[in-house]
Amino acid sequence: MATTPSPSAIVATGLRKSFGDHVVLDGIDLEVPRGTVFSLLGPNGSGKTTTVRILSTLIGADGGQASVAGHDVVREAGAVRAAIGVTGQFSAVDGLLTGEENLALMAALHHLGRAGGRRRVADLLERFDLVDAAKKAAATYSGGMRRRLDLAMTLVGDPSVIFLDEPTTGLDPRSRRTMWQIIRRLVADGVTVFLTTQYLDEADQLADRIAVLDGGRIVATGTAEQLKRQIPGGHIRVRFDTAEDLDTAARLFAGSARDDEELALRVPGDGGVSSLRALLDRLDAASVPVADLSVHTPDLDDVFFALTGHPSSRTGDQPSETGHQSGRTGDQTSATTAAKEGAR
Amino acid sequence: MSTMTTAVTDSATMLRRSLLHTVRYPASMVTSLLVPVLLLLLFVGVFGGAINAGIAGGSTYINYIVPGILLVTAGYGASTTALAVNKDMTEGIIDRFRTMPISRQSVLTGHVLAATIRTFLSLALVVGVALLMGFRPTTDPLRWLGAAGLVLLLVLALTWLAVAIGLVSPTPEGTTGFLLLVQVLPFVSSAFVTTESMSGAVRWFAANEPFTPIIDTLRALLMDTPVGNSGGIAVAWCVGLSAAGYLWARSVFNRAPRR
Repeated sequence: MATTPSPSAIVATGLRKSFGDHVVLDGIDLEVPRGTVFSLLGPNGSGKTTTVRILSTLIGADGGQASVAGHDVVREAGAVRAAIGVTGQFSAVDGLLTGEENLALMAALHHLGRAGGRRRVADLLERFDLVDAAKKAAATYSGGMRRRLDLAMTLVGDPSVIFLDEPTTGLDPRSRRTMWQIIRRLVADGVTVFLTTQYLDEADQLADRIAVLDGGRIVATGTAEQLKRQIPGGHIRVRFDTAEDLDTAARLFAGSARDDEELALRVPGDGGVSSLRALLDRLDAASVPVADLSVHTPDLDDVFFALTGHPSSRTGDQPSETGHQSGRTGDQTSATTAAKEGAR
Repeated sequence: MSTMTTAVTDSATMLRRSLLHTVRYPASMVTSLLVPVLLLLLFVGVFGGAINAGIAGGSTYINYIVPGILLVTAGYGASTTALAVNKDMTEGIIDRFRTMPISRQSVLTGHVLAATIRTFLSLALVVGVALLMGFRPTTDPLRWLGAAGLVLLLVLALTWLAVAIGLVSPTPEGTTGFLLLVQVLPFVSSAFVTTESMSGAVRWFAANEPFTPIIDTLRALLMDTPVGNSGGIAVAWCVGLSAAGYLWARSVFNRAPRR
């Protein structure tokens, strides 16, 4: 590459985009250092895909500027395209061709030459565990295989910046974890990854830095840890046997949130032993029996809730990685992991 | 690599891709071949005897309708292309191509080249069937060449229109309008009966729609009769439709994607 590499793989300032009257991006700023994973986190319709489409030269922005791999996405679109790889939200494989032919097509379009192309194809089939399916039409692939082929096709041109738009949406938990491993390996090779996701645990797992996008604005940026620190503390979730008990308890703790369906009360607190003891003492004094109790330190779900005022849209049907997540972050002191899901 | 060689190499790659689709899934090509052959059998076998008497020139009916059948063949070929282009546009693959450092034009050029090859293959097969059924063109190599040239222009015109339709249709079903057009228009032309035998507004339409001069010119070239002024009109229609289709397709393709 001729230009001197800037320290940042992606820089965007004041990006705006509207479709008709609908404002999708309302001035967003981004900066992604080389060789890192950046995650744009947000619910459906928050503008994640539009951001990827602007940065990958697919559509123009109405305002603002962006450069990728040191090139302006509008004025030097060709140079940007030569440096990036994009795996969109919708499968971009040729279903009528076999996996091998799909990769060979990419090799030909990247002008890799006959021998070089064949080597690259064989290498990627191997790396993405597609050797057995190489001669089968991509239309017959499972969701996970198709996604792997999709990403393999993206890598044929050896991109230095990769955009992954919701790479694991719709995948089963196992394929999802395979995808995560692949992404981690990419980063180990020095590639910059721009990842969008609506799964909080995915951003937590993969990203060096996270930006939370809501309604076309970035409402927070930072590492997962920094974001978690931005909200005051966790909560203690207490479940009761009867609605009367819940009523009584709710009166005791101002600022608590009640969940009538679950007969549970969410009391803000840091989850420390003293605050826990104080809480139980007060319930005891009011003779309210506790059915179940769990301590919850903040995770990205809480961050999201605190920042946007509404829970992430897909929390409910998110593939369950709960055990894995709590194991990693160690934020679950209660035995009831299910409480965490129920709290929202 | 220069822009020009990139365009040629990438177009060749896209052409290979389209032809591979045809080889892998010949069903759509077989269908687009079957209809013209069935029409040929139907018109010659069923209506041929009755219509024969009414057609001037003392020639047999099959010699009369082959040019029209060729046009129908080209039309069906083009509607296959409209579907193929639409499939590319409505699936994710086009976004992949658009974010790659390739010649953008090659996506459409590949489709058009593949369509031309496919359609000429179909046309050759249809001519073969017609010859077996008693089609006896009386012409010389130069006029054959002229006929082939006109058919090439026709194929390009229909294909570029088909590409544009494939690009603007939000769904594959949207392209069926094009198929309807190429199915119905030949019937309201000089393809199967002379326009003189039609009445009123239909006759006026048939005499002035583009397919009639093209068919008349093809017929004259194949049967060695005077081409007259329909030759110029036919070429003008083909070139005009090609240009319109090409410009339409290009502007739609270069426009920002819908999604």
